[in-house]
Amino acid sequence: MSTASPAAAPAGTPRRRIRREYLLFLAFIAPNFLVIAVFAYWPVLYNLFLSFTDWNLIAAAPGYAGIGNYTATLTDPAFHQVLLTTVVFTGVVVAGSIVLGLALALLFDQPLKGRGLVRTAAFAPHILSGAAVATIWLFIFDPGYGLMRALLQPMGVTSPDWMTDSTWALPGVIIVYLWKNIGFAALIYLAGLQSLPKDLYEAAAIDGAGPWTLLRRITLPLLTPITFFLLITTIIGTFQAFDIIAVMTAGGPAGSTTILSWQIYDEGFRAFDAGRAATTSIIMFVVLLLMTGLQTRYLEKRVHYR
Amino acid sequence: MSDTIIRTERRPETPQSPRTSGGPDTRRRAPAATLVKYVLLIGAAAVFLGPLFWLFTAVFKTPEEIYRFPPAWLPTSLSLDNFTAAWQAAPFDRFFLNSAITTAVGTALKVANAVLTAYAFCFLAFPYKKPLFLVLLGAMMVPGHVVLLPNYLTVASLGWVNTYAGLILPGVGSVFATFLMRQHMLTIPRDIIEAAKVDGSGHLRTLFTIVLPMSRPILLTVLIITVVEEWNNFIWPLIVTNSDHMRTLPIGLLMLKDQEGLANWGTIMAGTAMVLAPMLLIFLLAQRYIVGGLTQGAVKG
Repeated sequence: MSTASPAAAPAGTPRRRIRREYLLFLAFIAPNFLVIAVFAYWPVLYNLFLSFTDWNLIAAAPGYAGIGNYTATLTDPAFHQVLLTTVVFTGVVVAGSIVLGLALALLFDQPLKGRGLVRTAAFAPHILSGAAVATIWLFIFDPGYGLMRALLQPMGVTSPDWMTDSTWALPGVIIVYLWKNIGFAALIYLAGLQSLPKDLYEAAAIDGAGPWTLLRRITLPLLTPITFFLLITTIIGTFQAFDIIAVMTAGGPAGSTTILSWQIYDEGFRAFDAGRAATTSIIMFVVLLLMTGLQTRYLEKRVHYR
Repeated sequence: MSDTIIRTERRPETPQSPRTSGGPDTRRRAPAATLVKYVLLIGAAAVFLGPLFWLFTAVFKTPEEIYRFPPAWLPTSLSLDNFTAAWQAAPFDRFFLNSAITTAVGTALKVANAVLTAYAFCFLAFPYKKPLFLVLLGAMMVPGHVVLLPNYLTVASLGWVNTYAGLILPGVGSVFATFLMRQHMLTIPRDIIEAAKVDGSGHLRTLFTIVLPMSRPILLTVLIITVVEEWNNFIWPLIVTNSDHMRTLPIGLLMLKDQEGLANWGTIMAGTAMVLAPMLLIFLLAQRYIVGGLTQGAVKG
């Protein structure tokens, strides 16, 4: 419009432009925030309300139950078992994804022939339907005609009856979950590895640092933001593990694969106990908040964005 | 972008590479170490390809080939009997249609939300941007299962049970994709945006002519991730639909499995292949974009 630089423009113009920018900002984020308000934040409040009721989803109105649901849930030994199972399941899957994902990424970062193909194969399960993957593994774990038996029997090992044996069902589900998720962690780590500054490695190598030192002193610290990102997303993803469990075990046998997410579904949509389901939901939410909160606090100083 | 891939794929296999060289004796140690690495690589390939091999051979096997021990490793013919049986057992054409509609519309809305929100937070001025972004990220900490029951009640009160609106709309809010887009947009030099502004380019124009073209890899990544998410979505369609007419593929597969039990793996595997194959195909065609996009997103400027 004019040749004047922005700095020399009259005082009123930038201010009006800024106000227009505010409105544009709101317009851009409004649809997203509306959906998130209605379907992510409001349900938390609604859940909180339901957790103080004893609604069966059929009665006209929920009846007030005080903290009855919380005392009943928290003192229920079955619930303690669910918590324990959830911790074991989440812990093993998260640790396994990160350790094995990093190991795979380091392998894929080596100049090996065919690594591109293997990287593709490793990442593929991540994008496949959990229900489909679970169904394949049900067949693999079939004690009579599955791949596991075909592989283990020649070595003299009897393949357990994975999905109907309460000792083996959880390890079985964990194997499937890891199989599906390691590739994602590997891909994210690989992207991180390839973005690391090469001159740092050159300098360290000149100083006589070996591969192990390079990994511990340079690679791992520089990958902290990626590890942090993976920790958070994997924990949240694992907490919501549902499709594989729903298809493979439906929480069984004898509740041995019932983690919190299945428990909520079971209480809400199979037992129609809205109060108990809401209570379990709130407990799960608090546990997740505490865990991510602690991690954020712990890692805040070491993670450097920007 | 393909440049990047080709360059990294063909990194020379010399011991001078700074990352692998440990000292003067590297040259002598290299062959043994390389052998170990190849063994690991082949092991990884077997672990990840084995189950898919098991699936794609089973869909062509006859019951005799499946129900014997040791099993037939390869089918003797490419018979499509298992697919016909699965199609007769459940309305897979309807499942396909429902999955396609839900995926297409859901992805379009969700990615639009991600792009607009990410742009707003990166390049538009607003007083409470930081807390607002935390509000957005906070939604990522609300697990899907916590909101399951209340969302079902909300959707039911809107009369959306067994409708596409009920299937799609609750899921179009975008946090993760927004986060990815924003992470990338932050790496776009602000000088470029400022220059466009000085040249009189409005924000919509800047978004479409500068930011989106510069974000092509990450945009494709986000697009593919969202398509995959929507297609594979399980628990929400399970809850919000209750008639065959509105079921999506993954739910249809669960029904098929419950119906056929463990007595008919051939049919069940055919159903499984129908659920899984479209995403596998998209992945094989677009994988370079995912990997390239994520790699470039991580490399600054």
